Amino acid sequence: MEIEAKGIAVRFDAVALFEGVDLVMRAGEMVGLIGPNGSGKTTLLRVLANLRAPESGRVHYGGRTAAEIGRRELARRIAYLAQGGSVHWPMRVEALVALGRLPHRRPLQGLDAADRNAIEQAMTAADVASLRKRTMAQVSGGERMRVLLARSLAVDASVLLADEPIAALDPLHQLQVMELLRAIAGKGRSIIVVLHDLALAMRFCDRLVLLARGGILVEGPPAQVLTDAHLAEAYGVDVVRGERDGVPFVLPWTPSATSQGRAP
Amino acid sequence: MTQAAAVEAVEASVPPYGLLVAGLSILVVILWCLSLAIGYAPLDLLQAVRDVVNGERTLAALVLTELRLPRALLGCFVGLSLGISGAAMQGLMRNPLAEPGIIGVSGAAAFGAVTIFYFGLAGALSLALPLGGIAGAAAATFLLYGLAGRGAGTMTLILAGVAINSFAGALTALALNLSPNPYAVTEIVFWLLGSLADRSLPYVWLVLPLMILGWGLLIASGPALDGLTLGEDTAQSLGFDLGRLRLQLIAGTALAVGAAVAVTGSIAFVGLVVPHLLRPLVAHRPGRLLLVSGLGGAALTLAADIAVRLLPIRPELKLGVVTAIIGAPFLFALIYRLREEE
Repeated sequence: MEIEAKGIAVRFDAVALFEGVDLVMRAGEMVGLIGPNGSGKTTLLRVLANLRAPESGRVHYGGRTAAEIGRRELARRIAYLAQGGSVHWPMRVEALVALGRLPHRRPLQGLDAADRNAIEQAMTAADVASLRKRTMAQVSGGERMRVLLARSLAVDASVLLADEPIAALDPLHQLQVMELLRAIAGKGRSIIVVLHDLALAMRFCDRLVLLARGGILVEGPPAQVLTDAHLAEAYGVDVVRGERDGVPFVLPWTPSATSQGRAP
Repeated sequence: MTQAAAVEAVEASVPPYGLLVAGLSILVVILWCLSLAIGYAPLDLLQAVRDVVNGERTLAALVLTELRLPRALLGCFVGLSLGISGAAMQGLMRNPLAEPGIIGVSGAAAFGAVTIFYFGLAGALSLALPLGGIAGAAAATFLLYGLAGRGAGTMTLILAGVAINSFAGALTALALNLSPNPYAVTEIVFWLLGSLADRSLPYVWLVLPLMILGWGLLIASGPALDGLTLGEDTAQSLGFDLGRLRLQLIAGTALAVGAAVAVTGSIAFVGLVVPHLLRPLVAHRPGRLLLVSGLGGAALTLAADIAVRLLPIRPELKLGVVTAIIGAPFLFALIYRLREEE
């Protein structure tokens, strides 16, 4: 499903967080949403997920508005993985992943074969099948994030909007999750992922959207977005660059000379 | 304990949901029958049932239908209301210390009934008391929505509930302060303590439809409460309308608990303690907790009301006093444990 956002503006108490944001997301594409703290990545993701109405602008899902599609149908098409991974009751991992099937279930109906299949696949993909009988109080911070990722995969939606899914993960699991997202995008699904790790963003995303200074500073293929000038302007950092097997990467190295004392 | 052992322990401790519901239902039925069988007047229960069925108006039949039956039915329904609402409020607030009174409905229902006493209407019309209580609960619900609005967050709801509770408490105190005579004061105070004694069957038929509607609204919110485990954004992304969910839970709690308080006065701690005790048995799933907690609430209320009648203390202890005396230490223990977890 294609998502098209046009002229999105979000304001808090008349102060604009960002304005005039246009974004198109095509099926099978993995888009990295990057930018410094406070640039509005999470807010933009929430607008795209129809969790927050923008002050101006509109979002279309496959050419239709959220109201035309309907709350439940939209929930089946868009999976949202929130930042931080709050879980309020120590439910069992398996039951928690099963929450991803809620948009598909009718009242008083238990899990059917399709539900169970989706839950199993999601748990296997996120590498949490071995934790299924544990409670959420018995898993580590990284495991918790993976369980929540499995929950969002269990929705089996055509779009996944993931807010910092690898923030709490060790390097191995960061790589595994990025590879997993890449593979999901390869199956024709669209993914927008909020990232802080520029090296992984550069390596795994088809396209990057750099949010800074009250709007989209630049968007396009990673190599065009992650230039020295853009990174200095958006983040206030100088980077080192390298290449491995023909794939370029960047590594934030020092605060740039112009960034002393500036706010993001 | 190793992690593997801990996991096994958790797995072993959770009974199948169907079995848990069936077990609790059987417990409620047993306690309900005991509640019919136990009382001050000696009663041959089987003979009384036979008389009622045959339409004979014997003393035994009257004791059964006028005293025992309303008391047992109300114990069951009031407990069910408190248990389900407690679980629903804890699920909505995502806080194990939430209880049905948190939105101010029970305080307002109590004040509604107190008003009836104050104006001396309790004797004039037999259903005046519960009707006053229901009016109080309804007024509180509208006030809550006026204060908090449809788009209100959970914190606003809690604050509005606190405000309504304080206001209803202040007005109740005012009624006591200005009370025309000491007899009215005694009447009000004893009523506020909460009891199932001396309620008649018309009370039951008055509040039961309201309660059933309330239970339905609350239990239907189960999947949304499950979703809310992951926070408001994720619940919304799963297709739940949070504004509608809050409305549904407030209406359900107002109907069930407002009706309960209107006939019995306030029965403390059942709605707080029962969901908390039973939560581990449903593996912390908020949706499944609703019905289970309702059955647990019915069992606890019936058991406490049986205890009140068996205790050799006269005058009879009020049910609300007993549940508070049992419940308050439990609350201390709960706070201590939550502190340990922090």
